[in-house]
Amino acid sequence: MSPPSTTDVLVVGAGPAGIAAATAAAEHGRKVIVLDDNRKPGGQIWRDSSVIASPARSASGSRKQRAIDRLQRSGATLLSGHTVFSASASGQLETLRELATGSFAERFRFEQLILATGARERFLPFPGWTLPGVFGVGGLQALVRAGYSVAGKRIIVAGTGPLLLAVAAHLSHDGANVVAVIEQAALSSLIPFAASLWRQPSKLLQGAQYRASLSSASYRTAAWVAEAIPATDGRSLSAVRITDGKRTWTEPCDLLACGYHLVPNTELAELIGCTLQRGFVQVDEQQRTSVPNVFCAGEPTGIAGLEAALLQGEIAGRACAGVATASLRSRANKEQAFARGLARAFALRPELRQLPQPGTIVCRCEDVAFANLQHPSGWADIKLQTRCGMGPCQARVCGPAVEFLLGSKPSSVRQPLYPVPLHALTATTEHAPEPFKVEPESIHKVEETA
Amino acid sequence: MPEMLSLRINGATVRVANGTSVSAAMLIAGQPTRISVTGEPRGPVCGMGICFECRAIVNGMPHQRTCQLLCEEGMTVETNR
Ligand SMILES: Cc1cc2nc3c(=O)[nH]c(=O)nc-3n(C[C@H](O)[C@H](O)[C@H](O)COP(=O)(O)OP(=O)(O)OC[C@H]3O[C@@H](n4cnc5c(N)ncnc54)[C@H](O)[C@@H]3O)c2cc1C
Ligand code: FES
Repeated sequence: MSPPSTTDVLVVGAGPAGIAAATAAAEHGRKVIVLDDNRKPGGQIWRDSSVIASPARSASGSRKQRAIDRLQRSGATLLSGHTVFSASASGQLETLRELATGSFAERFRFEQLILATGARERFLPFPGWTLPGVFGVGGLQALVRAGYSVAGKRIIVAGTGPLLLAVAAHLSHDGANVVAVIEQAALSSLIPFAASLWRQPSKLLQGAQYRASLSSASYRTAAWVAEAIPATDGRSLSAVRITDGKRTWTEPCDLLACGYHLVPNTELAELIGCTLQRGFVQVDEQQRTSVPNVFCAGEPTGIAGLEAALLQGEIAGRACAGVATASLRSRANKEQAFARGLARAFALRPELRQLPQPGTIVCRCEDVAFANLQHPSGWADIKLQTRCGMGPCQARVCGPAVEFLLGSKPSSVRQPLYPVPLHALTATTEHAPEPFKVEPESIHKVEETA
Repeated sequence: MPEMLSLRINGATVRVANGTSVSAAMLIAGQPTRISVTGEPRGPVCGMGICFECRAIVNGMPHQRTCQLLCEEGMTVETNR
C-alpha cells in the first residue's frame, strides 16, 4: 500500500450531506477530501442517468449541479470510486478501488472525519423474492438510470415509504406500464403525514406531481405483496399475489419493485465506536458523534430526506472549521420532526412477519431458509449455526430483515466492511493509478434526476 | 442517439448504449448474474452496491459487482456459477 494521503477533514459519502459538509468545511479554509464509492457524486437522490439526459427533470438537476459546482469551487478534492472498508478513531481510514486493471487499497489520515454514508433500502423476505425480475424500488430506479429499459414492461411497485410514488412516477415517465402501487401502510396512518406536508408546501407539490403522472395506475394502501409467482421457465416473474389481510388477488406483471423504506448505513460509524440511539448515529447540535473529531450528517442520523441532509452536512462542515452553526439549527430540527412523522406513517405492519414460509430464503448470499432461523437465540447463534449474514453483503440485506422478523439486531460489525481481495492489500502504488481530482469538465454534464 | 458498444454476455454479442452498467446489460440480455449456492438464478436487486446479488465474471475475474461497473467495448461477461 502507498503512504497515506493526509487532510484536515475527510468526508465519507458524496451524497447531498457529504457534498454540503465538504463545501462548508473547505469554504472556511479546511483542507478537505471527499471519498465516495459511486462513479459519480450525488448519492441516492442525485443519482444521474449514465445513458440519457431527461429534460423533464431539470429542476432538481440544476440544484444538484449548483451543489457540485460549489463543491468544485470550494477547493475540496473529490475522489469517486473509493469504498471505505476500514477506519479507526485514531485518524486513519482505508479504501478499496476496483478498476478494470485490478483492486487497490489506499490509506488516508485525517484530523476530523465526517460520516455522510446515507441509507439503503430495507428488503423483507416473501416467497419468490429471490426471482430475477424482483428488485428493490430504488434498486430498479438505479438500474433504469444505468441503462435498463423498462419501456412497455408491466411493473408493480410495492412495499412502503415515499419512494414508492416517486419511483413509480419515474418508471412511467420512462415508458413503463405501472399497473399498481401497493403501499402497506393504512390510509389512516398516512393522513397525519399528508397533513404535516401542508407545512412543507414543496414536498406536497412533489407528491401531487407524482400522483398526476401516475393517473392510470391503481394506488392501494393497507395491502402488500404476499408472493412473487415464477413463470414456467422458473427464472422470471409472471405475476404477484397481493393481499390486504382478508382478500388475496393475483396481478400479472413482468417486474416487481419492492422495498420497505430505508435503513441507515451505520456500519462505518459502529466500527469507529460511535454510539447509536434506536438504530441511528447519536449526534449533538453540531452533528458531533460520541467519538471526538468524528461527525455524522444525513440519513445515518435519521431518515429525513434531502433538506435535512443538506442542512446537517453544512452544520457538520462549519463545525469542523469552528464556524457558528446556530442559524441553521432550527431549520434542521424542523426536518428532523418531518423524519419522525415519516417513520410513524410508514411503520411496518406485523402481518409482514407472517410472509416467509419455512423454505423462503432469508439470507440471499448463503441461501439460509427461514425455517433454519427459528430456534437460535440472537445473532451470534444465528451466524454460527446457519451462516446467515456471513456472506459478502455482511448482513446489509438480511440483517434488517432478521431484525424485523425475529427482533434480533445484528451485533457485530467487523472489518473489512466490504470484501477486500488479498492482492489489493499487497499491491504497490506504482501500479495503482494516482487519485484524481474531478475537474469541472468531467462533472458539469451530470444529469438531473429524482 | 447515444453511442453504442458491443460486449459478450454468456457467449452472445449484446449491443448497448455507452454508459450502460454491466448489470443493466445482463438484464437486457435476459441472463442471470449469478447462480446461488443452492442453484437458483439471481439478478441485481439494490442497484447500489450493497446486496452483492449482481456478482458476475467480468473479463475472467469472478465476483465483480456489475451494478458498479460500466460496459466497455469487447468486454466478456459470464454468469457467476
Ligand atoms: C436507493 C435509494 C433511492 C432513493 N431515491 C430517492 C428519491 O428518488 N427521492 C428522494 O427524495 N429521496 C430518495 N432517497 C432518499 C435519500 O436517501 C435522501 O433523500 C438523500 O439522498 C440523503 O442524502 P445523504 O447524503 O444523507 O445520503 P446518500 O445520498 O445516500 O449519500 C451517501 C453516499 O455515501 C456513499 N457511501 C456509503 N458508505 C460508503 C463507504 N463505506 N465508502 C464510500 N462511500 C460510501 C454512498 O454510496 C452514497 O453515495 C433514496 C434512497 C435510497 C437508498
Ligand atoms: S445490485 Fe446490489 S450490489 Fe449490485
